[in-house]
Amino acid sequence: MRRFDPYLPIIGVVGLIVVWYLAVWYQVVDPVLLPSPVDTFRALWNGMTGGRLGFDFMRTLERTILATLIAAAIAIPLGILLGASEKVYRSVEFVVDFFRSTPASAMFPLFLVLFGVGDKTKISVAAFGAALVILFNVAYGVMHARKTRLLAAKVMGASRIRVLTDVMLLESLPQTFVGLRNGVSLALVIVVVAEMFIGSTDGLGQRVFEAQQLFAMPDMYAAIFAAGGLGYGLNLLFLLVERQFVHWSGK
Amino acid sequence: MAGESSLARTQERGAPTAAAGGDPAASAHVTIRGLTKRFTDAVVYDRFDLDIPRGKLVSVFGPNGCGKSTLINMIAGLIPTDAGEILFDGKPLRDIKFGYVFQNYREALFPWLRAIDNIQYPLKLMKLPKAERRARTERMVASLGVKIDLNRYPYELSGGQQQLVSIMRALVVEPQILFLDEPFSALDYEMTLFMRDQLQRIFVETGTTTVLVSHDLEEAVYLADRILLLSRRPACIADYVHYDAARPRTDATLSQHDFVSIKAHCLDVFQREVRKG
Repeated sequence: MRRFDPYLPIIGVVGLIVVWYLAVWYQVVDPVLLPSPVDTFRALWNGMTGGRLGFDFMRTLERTILATLIAAAIAIPLGILLGASEKVYRSVEFVVDFFRSTPASAMFPLFLVLFGVGDKTKISVAAFGAALVILFNVAYGVMHARKTRLLAAKVMGASRIRVLTDVMLLESLPQTFVGLRNGVSLALVIVVVAEMFIGSTDGLGQRVFEAQQLFAMPDMYAAIFAAGGLGYGLNLLFLLVERQFVHWSGK
Repeated sequence: MAGESSLARTQERGAPTAAAGGDPAASAHVTIRGLTKRFTDAVVYDRFDLDIPRGKLVSVFGPNGCGKSTLINMIAGLIPTDAGEILFDGKPLRDIKFGYVFQNYREALFPWLRAIDNIQYPLKLMKLPKAERRARTERMVASLGVKIDLNRYPYELSGGQQQLVSIMRALVVEPQILFLDEPFSALDYEMTLFMRDQLQRIFVETGTTTVLVSHDLEEAVYLADRILLLSRRPACIADYVHYDAARPRTDATLSQHDFVSIKAHCLDVFQREVRKG
C-alpha cells in the first residue's frame, strides 16, 4: 500500500536493533564487546547532551567543514579553469588522477613535517583529499556542458567570458555538488583518522580510540554512531542546499 | 542598392540563374556565392550559390545527410565555411541581428532561468537597460498573442511551449533574419500542427526573412514561399520552387490543387535525387 511507503526505511532500522538485541540476549558475542542497544543509546544521549561526546562532535564538525571550505575555495575556480580548456585539462589530468587515487592517509607524515602536530595538519590533509575530488568533478562538469546550450549563447552574441559565466558555470553546478558531497564525506573520513593517530586531544576519532583503549564499549559505539550521524547529516545538508540552488537538476 | 549589385555580380560570374533564384522582382536579402565545405570524409558543398529573398519564408528540404542543417549553420555562423562568401544586404553576419532556433529546445533553453528571463537574455547581452528589456519583451508577447505563464521555468512547460519560448528568444532582438533547424521534429503530431500555425502567425506578423530546415515535406511546402530542394552530396540546388498561396494557410490549404501539385512536384524531385545516390 502506497501510504506506508514513506515508513519503509524504518523497517531496516528496527530490524537492525532487533538483531542486535537478539545477539545480546543469546550472548552470540562476548557481552563486553557488544553492549545492549539501550546502554549504547544511553551513552550516546548522555554524551551528546552535556557530556564529552558533544564537544568532540563539534570539533570534528568544525574541522570537516573548514577542510571542505578550503578545498572548495581552491578547487572550484581551478576546476573551472581546467575544464574550460580541454588542452589544459588533458595536460594535468594524469597528475590530478594520480593524487586523487593516492590514499590521503599516506600523506600524513608529509603534512606533519610541513605543518607540525596540530589542527593545521588534520585540516590540510583533509582539504587536500577533498580538493582533488571537487576539482575533478567541477572540471568534468564544465567540460561536459551541453554543446547546444553553449552554441545557443554564442549564436546570441555572447563573448567567450559570457559563455563561461552565464552557461558553463551553471551547467557545471550539478556536477560541482556531486564533488562537494563526495568531498565532504572524504574530508570527514580523513579528519576522523587524523584525530585517532595524529596526537589529538579531542574529536570523534580520538573519542572512539580512547573509549576502545579504556574498554568503555557503550561509549565507543556511541561515538561511532555520532560519527555516522555526522556523515549522514553533512551529506543531507549538501543535498538540501543542492535542491535549493540547482532546482533544474535532472529535469 | 546592395541587393541589386549582388544580383548583377551573379550574372557577371555566370552563375546559373535558376540556382541563384534570379527573380528580379524580389530583392535578395542573403546572397551566398561560391560556398564550399568539406568534412573529413566528404565534400558537402562545392562552389554553392544561393539567394534568399527578402521577407520570404524559405524551406530547405532534401535527402538525409545532404547538408540541410549544415547550410543554415554556415549561414548563421555556427560552423565555419571553407570558402565562399555569405552576405546579408552586402554586410557580413557580424553586422546584422539574427535569430536561431534549435531543434533540441530542451538543451537550447537555459533551465536555470525562468522563461521570461530566457527570452530577455539576448537583450541582456545587447546591454539594454532593464526597463527597455521588459518593454520590448512585453510588446513582442502581446503582438504574438502568446498565452504561456512566462514566470515558469522551461522544465515546467510542455515541449511546444518550450519551443515557442525558444522562438520568442530568437525574435526578441527583432532579427533581420530567422533560422529554424527542424524546430518541430521533437514534438508530437498534434503539437507540430499547432506550432506550424504559430510559426505562420509569427511570420505574417513580423515579415522576417525566415529559413526553415524541415524533414517533413508537407510542413516544408505548407509554410514556405520558396522550397529549396537540395541534391545529395555535394549538395546543389535540385529545384527552388515558388509557392504563392495566400496566408494564413489552413487545413483546407492542404487539399487545394496548387498545394497538392507543388508537393507532388517536390516529391518527384526529391525521389529523383534520392535514387541518384
